[in-house]
Amino acid sequence: MNRQRIRLKVNGQAYDTLCSENATLLTLLREDLGLTGTKEGCGAGECGACTVILNGRPVNSCMVLALECQDSEVRTIEGETVNGGLSDLQKAFIEHNALQCGFCTPGMIMSARALLDKNPSPTREDICEALEGNLCRCTGYEPIIAAVLSAAGGEVNE
Amino acid sequence: MSEYKYIGKPVKRHDGVEKVTGQASYTGDLKMSGMLYAKMKTSEYAHAKILKVDTSEAEKLPGVRAVIDGRHGFAKLGIYMQDRSVIAMDKVRYHGEVVAAVAADDLETAERAIELIKVEYEPLPIIQDVREAVKPDAPLIHPDLGSYSHTVGVFFPKAGTNVANHMKLRRGNVEEGFAKSDVILENTFTQSQIFHIPLETHVTIVQWGAGDNIKIWCSGQSPFSVRDLFSIAFGVPRNNIEVNILYVGGGFGAKAGIHLEPLVGLLSKAAGGRPVKLVPTREEECSTLPCRQGLFARIKTGCSAEGRILAEEVELLWDAGAYADYGVNIGRASATSGCGPYEIENIKIDSLTVYTNHVFGTAYRGFGHPEVFFAVERQRDLMAAKLGMDPTEFRLKNLLYPGSRTVTGELITENTGRPDKCLKRVAEMIGLHNHYTDAEKAEMKRTGKYRGKAAAVLQKAPAMPTWAASSALVQMNEDGTVRISVSGVDYGQGTYTVLQQIAAERLNLPIEKISINKSVSTPISPYDWQTVASRMTVICGMAVADACDDLKEQILEMAAVVLRASKHEIAFGEGDVYVMQNPQYRVGFNKIAIGYVYENGNAVGGPLIGRGKAIAQGLTNLDPETGQGKAALDWTYGAHAAEIEVDTETGDIEVLQFASCIDVGQVMNEELMRGQIVGGVLQGLGCAKSEYVSHDASGRLLTRNFTDYKIPTFKDMPKKMMVDAVETPQLDGPYGARGCGEHPLISVTSVMANALANAVGVQFFDLPLSADRVYRRIQAGNSGPKLS
Repeated sequence: MNRQRIRLKVNGQAYDTLCSENATLLTLLREDLGLTGTKEGCGAGECGACTVILNGRPVNSCMVLALECQDSEVRTIEGETVNGGLSDLQKAFIEHNALQCGFCTPGMIMSARALLDKNPSPTREDICEALEGNLCRCTGYEPIIAAVLSAAGGEVNE
Repeated sequence: MSEYKYIGKPVKRHDGVEKVTGQASYTGDLKMSGMLYAKMKTSEYAHAKILKVDTSEAEKLPGVRAVIDGRHGFAKLGIYMQDRSVIAMDKVRYHGEVVAAVAADDLETAERAIELIKVEYEPLPIIQDVREAVKPDAPLIHPDLGSYSHTVGVFFPKAGTNVANHMKLRRGNVEEGFAKSDVILENTFTQSQIFHIPLETHVTIVQWGAGDNIKIWCSGQSPFSVRDLFSIAFGVPRNNIEVNILYVGGGFGAKAGIHLEPLVGLLSKAAGGRPVKLVPTREEECSTLPCRQGLFARIKTGCSAEGRILAEEVELLWDAGAYADYGVNIGRASATSGCGPYEIENIKIDSLTVYTNHVFGTAYRGFGHPEVFFAVERQRDLMAAKLGMDPTEFRLKNLLYPGSRTVTGELITENTGRPDKCLKRVAEMIGLHNHYTDAEKAEMKRTGKYRGKAAAVLQKAPAMPTWAASSALVQMNEDGTVRISVSGVDYGQGTYTVLQQIAAERLNLPIEKISINKSVSTPISPYDWQTVASRMTVICGMAVADACDDLKEQILEMAAVVLRASKHEIAFGEGDVYVMQNPQYRVGFNKIAIGYVYENGNAVGGPLIGRGKAIAQGLTNLDPETGQGKAALDWTYGAHAAEIEVDTETGDIEVLQFASCIDVGQVMNEELMRGQIVGGVLQGLGCAKSEYVSHDASGRLLTRNFTDYKIPTFKDMPKKMMVDAVETPQLDGPYGARGCGEHPLISVTSVMANALANAVGVQFFDLPLSADRVYRRIQAGNSGPKLS
């Protein structure tokens, strides 16, 4: 398979590397850049486990060709931690037990981050709408809503 | 329960930081030097003879390092019955079964090689319906069934049929019971197979090195069972096999037992011992890896006019699919709950695990109970209606109470747990009745959205061999902190956090000073049977408590020397020990953790290692003819209740409120318990509302992705979710605790179908209660919306 040059920024870091022309952004992140925090749950854009923020928008990275991301800015779960400290969202996920097996968690947090970037005070309905594409088989979602509400400084009625 | 310092206290989960940062390592995140990538060739037929597998073109492709097919996969696998080949040999028995596999330098090459493998088949007649499969003239899916190894005396395969196991339960005399009954009701209930859908698929890496040194990394629930079954299949000593489990992205039973490890192992062996990685796609996870069994259930119930159940006859036909290595125990174990938590004098249960040409079944959260309880708890509401009784009153009249006997003859005691209390509690929580006010009824009529309420009870005991054991090591670090090692796997349920709490309580040591090894490796981790059956808090918990007691004994022995006192004169502080009468004489754990050193350099003692073990007390194999015996380590009882709203214009069901109450014996960690219950209930709502495994007429699987197989999303949550617990202590559980990991999923479907019947008068005897099916049934005017 032909490999082509790709330049992009991931979590503020510049990368200049080669990737297969049919590689997805997910493959580029996991296999070529070693950023394995982003997970693959279905490979078909149906579960949201691979969600990253591409130029400010949440995307299923399994559905985006890596070469489409030329000169793009990508944010992944690895970029959520700042100077080794947990973000408000990460803290809230722990505080509200909003994770179990943890496999959907990186994608869930990135979808929630994209929502909060756009809408800092989401309602419960806004959260359900924004996160509907992220599947979780463990938690029943309730604690995730509580976590996002609490990170946004909203009232949590559990 | 304020007498405890750490039990029942709000302790945060141990794995939070790693999981929210993406730093938690799962098997799929591993890469090794020289690693090859595997791909599977799977069957296009549900049942066919394999005439020829031609791998010659695939082998020629540059970058291909190993190609294997049935000629290499001689070994048979299985936990309770060895009926499953590593790779299909002479025939395929389900669409999606592995017929060949490739390992190559990269995934793309492996994928191309798979396309070059040519397989010739001769189709055979297929069976998709268990009722067809049990007919005397049915084609045989396993003609060699009689020769399969299995646990003798526990399972009873019927050679020359498609019945992998026939479990019988007999109490009293059902014929007499029915003769005495005033009301008799018989119904049948049908449920399809269901997918587990762990978000992480069965990722597996194996390196089968020279000298049969085998290293396995897998996303599994059962490191020691993988080792045992691998050893048995290939005749390699257990000491040669290393099984490593990192973080696991969900299991729900799918990852119990053994799965792709032998296949990937054979690829590695064929590739000269290079590590091989197989990451099943979501489609392969659905079509090749196992699912939950389907069930056809027939229940005949006889009652007195006063509402006492006098006799019950239950026939369970389990759709095991192509293999039943695990399924035979689901058929066995669920029969011990075949009539629910009710005292019934006359019982006849026949539970048949039946081969079909579907994807094969395995353990799934609840181990057959969610399926059986759909039938049993629907039947209770239907019988109550026929008797003209309130269904809650009818249940309370027949439930098990101290002094009752279970279907296997086990005596219920004061320490067993109380389904009645759970039922009363959930009824209270949702305000259980179906007498809506005139204003409410008018509103329902106006909007076309009709409300209904219902409740159901549930029960389950761990389903496991009588000898299933756990062990634990509790080792002291140089600074007096402690690390726990077990081989139960925490795939998110919170087990490790609860084990830390048990150790903290036992050692009177702050919880921050107690860590637990987050990965399991069989060469260094202590034995555990499997992480299944809601048995971790109970059995692994007892093993940890036992190990802590052993460590304390060693601490006392050391302290007696250092403090020049007798052991009985010494007491435990927080991280130190002291002479009771003169507390100024004390020594910190840090001074004795790896040995005590006197001023002149003399040293005594040595590193402190507590070891503990636990095994279920008093379990028996069940009588082959009557099923009588002691099957349960502990019974966890519970109940659910719900109020739903049915949109008669669309058939859509919304859950307005859902209440769940389980007799957990002792709440160990309320937040984690709630996590299990809220998550389990939603998984159950998936089974109730949308999840359905579907095949076409030729047995090809139609539901292979999240578009065709819908699991609940954020939009399927109950509007209001309420959780409570009853605490009837289990005296042989740690601090009185019972397991509750599986229970939340049981009886969710029955509550939903009962509530639907109460809302719009439509009686469902099968699932799911999807909008299209509900809408069609309402339109068909089954009995029309009815309001009481």
